[in-house]
Amino acid sequence: MKKYVKDLTVAEVSFPHEQYVLLKLTDKEPLPETRPGQFVEVKVEGSPRTFLRRPISINYVDREKNLLWLLIKKVGEGTHKLAELKVGERLNVVFPLGNGFSPVQKVGERVLLVGGGVGVAPMLDYGKYLKEQGANPVFLLGARSKNDLLEMDFFKSIAPVYVTTEDGSEGERGFVTQHSVLTQETFDRISVCGPKPMMVSVARYAKQTATPCEVSLENMMACGLGACLCCVEKTIKGNVCVCKEGPVFDVNDLTWEV
Amino acid sequence: MADLTTKIAGITMKNPVMAASGTFGYGLEFADFVNLEEIGGIIVKGTTLHPREGNDYPRMVETASGMLNCVGLQNKGVAYFCEHIYPEIKDIRTNMIVNVSGSTLEDYAECAARINALENIPAIELNISCPNVKQGGMAFGVTTDGAYSVVKAVREVYDKTLIVKLSPNVTSISDIARAVQDAGADAVSLINTLMGMVIDIEKRKPVLSIATGGLSGPAVKSVAVRCVWQVAKAVHIPIVGLGGIMTAEDAIEFFLAGASAIEIGTANFIDPAVTVKVAQGINDWLDRHGCTSLTDIIGQLEA
Repeated sequence: MKKYVKDLTVAEVSFPHEQYVLLKLTDKEPLPETRPGQFVEVKVEGSPRTFLRRPISINYVDREKNLLWLLIKKVGEGTHKLAELKVGERLNVVFPLGNGFSPVQKVGERVLLVGGGVGVAPMLDYGKYLKEQGANPVFLLGARSKNDLLEMDFFKSIAPVYVTTEDGSEGERGFVTQHSVLTQETFDRISVCGPKPMMVSVARYAKQTATPCEVSLENMMACGLGACLCCVEKTIKGNVCVCKEGPVFDVNDLTWEV
Repeated sequence: MADLTTKIAGITMKNPVMAASGTFGYGLEFADFVNLEEIGGIIVKGTTLHPREGNDYPRMVETASGMLNCVGLQNKGVAYFCEHIYPEIKDIRTNMIVNVSGSTLEDYAECAARINALENIPAIELNISCPNVKQGGMAFGVTTDGAYSVVKAVREVYDKTLIVKLSPNVTSISDIARAVQDAGADAVSLINTLMGMVIDIEKRKPVLSIATGGLSGPAVKSVAVRCVWQVAKAVHIPIVGLGGIMTAEDAIEFFLAGASAIEIGTANFIDPAVTVKVAQGINDWLDRHGCTSLTDIIGQLEA
């Protein structure tokens, strides 16, 4: 898949949560082909201490309106600067990067999409894709509290959504792996993106139920192109670049203790 | 349109911009962004006699105007390179140069000898300055005797252009440069990364897996220019300058200090098309300053 470096234009800015910004970017030309689970690297201007690009997963691609959605958590100086972007300003983007989630395996397959924190972002695009391809995606989203659940209307417009919150303010109380849907239903496969402890516990559930499971990693990276070998993850085939061979891996290819 | 042609000992380059080892993969990773043949040379990632897994993650941390890395020469070894990578890159019409590293004199020589046999690799860059591997690497590059002995051993088995990459982590880089010149190097490239460290104050632990790493990016540029300037006064072989070059103007500083060519490294991570932009920018700068040729400015610092 061809990669590009482009100056995209900020078309919309919104703040679904005090710690997040949702940027919708557009271009004069149709946006290039991307796969769900791929990511972009954005250049942060006007932030002297932000030297490297910031990897951000693709949240959604609206082909009709030619918009690329990036849901960004404000963590450090760079991402805070991105949250200051205004409509009409430009953002330099290298994309699409990485392998993305698995393509649809068969019509009617039931795919559990688990997201936690900012890890919910790529699941929106993947869920839409699976639905379009005739699969049956189901979302399982985890958050600290009701207010931390993001883009719920969009998720619900695509597929059934199950929720856990740590304080019980929405859905079932606890972590995603404690949700009753996991004991009541079975799935053909699972995709998960979120904090590592969450991904490990989902991987454990997958192993117990003999369900294929892929995880999306976010190791710190520099080039995004597989050149610098900084973002490596240990796999059964040795160290590989999360930016190029990943970010999505079959959990059986990793060396995690599950 | 100025004449950007430059020579590094036995090799002629259409322009003085090369991609630095470890920042440009095998070139192919950047083919969507630049026409590789518009780059003066591509130095592919560090290759060793035997495969190396490199260091554990985390291997990278951002710093003010730069980054530290401790990749540790992860590569699949020279046999894999010759069999699988070389056929993919041998027809790219630019100078495809291999960076060679090792832990013993024998490893260095054997690896260089294997690459000597590859028709379309006109030069090697001998890395005697990697700060991120235990035994070897930089150990050779920090003493005049060590540098002399490894270059001598490689010179005996390698008959094409031999560029030796020097470490700035030394008391006198000029002395090391003289030693490698005496041992038969055709050119030197400098600087490799500066050894640095970043601490996570909450965990009270170093961020990088092996505690220290090599600093690169604009943060090191002034150190690199100083080193090129000193080495230019110490040796008569050509110098390839690198360290923090982001723009054509950065590159011009290196030419004035005495470099005949330059390498771009960390900047490739910020702009994957930076190599050809800098080459174009050097041409524009020369035109604006009434220079018909790059050679008009090499080492032409006003006294």
